[in-house]
Amino acid sequence: MERHLMDSQIKGVSTGTTILAVTFNGGVIIGSDSRASIGGYYVSSKTINKLIQVHDRIFCCIAGSLADAQAVTKAAKFQISFHSIQMESPPLVKAAASVLKELCYNNKEELQAGFITAGWDRKKGPQVYTVALGGMLLSQPFTIGGSGSTYIYGYADAKYKPDMSKEECLQFATNALALAMGRDNVSGGVAHLVVITEEGVEHIVIPGDKLPKFHDE
Amino acid sequence: MAAATAMRFGQLSSGSDMAPDWTTKEVSTGTTIMAVEYDGGVVIGADSRTTTGAYIANRVTDKLTPIHDRIFCCRSGSAADTQAIADVVTYQLGFHSIELDEAPLVQTAANLFKASCYRYREELMAGIIVAGWDKRRGGQVYTVPVGGMLVRQPVSVGGSGSTYIYGYMDSNYKPNMTKDQCLRLVSGALSLAMERDGSSGGVVRLAAISETGVDRQVILGNQLPKWSTIYLTIYPTVCLKDWRSTLLSKGLEIYPTVCLKDWRYTLLSV
Repeated sequence: MERHLMDSQIKGVSTGTTILAVTFNGGVIIGSDSRASIGGYYVSSKTINKLIQVHDRIFCCIAGSLADAQAVTKAAKFQISFHSIQMESPPLVKAAASVLKELCYNNKEELQAGFITAGWDRKKGPQVYTVALGGMLLSQPFTIGGSGSTYIYGYADAKYKPDMSKEECLQFATNALALAMGRDNVSGGVAHLVVITEEGVEHIVIPGDKLPKFHDE
Repeated sequence: MAAATAMRFGQLSSGSDMAPDWTTKEVSTGTTIMAVEYDGGVVIGADSRTTTGAYIANRVTDKLTPIHDRIFCCRSGSAADTQAIADVVTYQLGFHSIELDEAPLVQTAANLFKASCYRYREELMAGIIVAGWDKRRGGQVYTVPVGGMLVRQPVSVGGSGSTYIYGYMDSNYKPNMTKDQCLRLVSGALSLAMERDGSSGGVVRLAAISETGVDRQVILGNQLPKWSTIYLTIYPTVCLKDWRSTLLSKGLEIYPTVCLKDWRYTLLSV
């Protein structure tokens, strides 16, 4: 309880969010809620898209101040396109994640945000990278972030299986987002999901009333 | 209030860098506690870790405290505060029960907790779940979080580890479960929380309270339910002819019927 109070008093437009990225057999799904709030008492946007495309098959999302998110991803997008032109081939997901890590580590005093990068590349297939507060880069089969993620650690640990099918993975990601949005007051709105595979990128939006409902006492 | 000032004075006098934090931090049951109603009773559960800062003062704590024959409370927050409140309520409820000449109601016990927690809310740091069985309303769970609110819920989690299992609880709880389903839900949820929360751990203590009595169990660390993301990582550099000895040394059984290309998935689901 005290932890949440301190977070929202420090930043302006805030950390309130739930983001996740999950690999499945043949691709990766990255998802987030759509609420932007100020200090946890005013919702400044109900339908913001937090999933930012930094290259054809690479997306990232940031849990943190939205101003920081927009500035950092703009810089990252530029650096990754430039890198891709120099290498004359699509960038590796790890390269994109490293760019974000450099930005996060070099500006760790000013930034207070966690990043998730997910995508598909020819070398290693679907991958998820997370950059923690302070700049540590880690590759994981799935990851969750943002203030709403604390409520779904148990659910995600219990329900994730490696090598799911695309439908199972979509169900897992949708349920996890719905549960987090149900308990976290600064996450909400619609669920944005992006499915990235070798064939392409598919953006799915699930409005609030179509989200799965769980027993609400 | 008194505890907070004492803590600050302690930090000033011993120098925060040199002294380890367990010399100055108050004893806390940073914890995970849970209670679920079922038709005919309640199931309650808790972890067993008590910490003073980073030191685990007691790794086999019993946080499920009997208040009366069929009424228990689960304690979270400051260990001293919750023990003191529980002692006071046990006395008050025992006296009330003698006056009435019958078993007290769970709602009465919960209100006694609320009265103490709300009156002394500035001095106390206590989050308590009161659960039990009585003849009038059967199994009931009441939660009295920090601040002194009282509310009845069919299922309630509390303590520092509870934030990690809200999603699991919301998706797995259904009304009208049996006692065994409740036991599985509580032990599963507690083991997930204990994995993620640094202040929760040790063993899982469970109690099932019904008209016939109280049935207590302990689930030791190695008997806890296992989840695929937590327990195994497969190191792809292991040479194929050595993988058996590596796995045997990790304490896993090898099932000789497993087809080589599937062994990875079988192990992940163990």
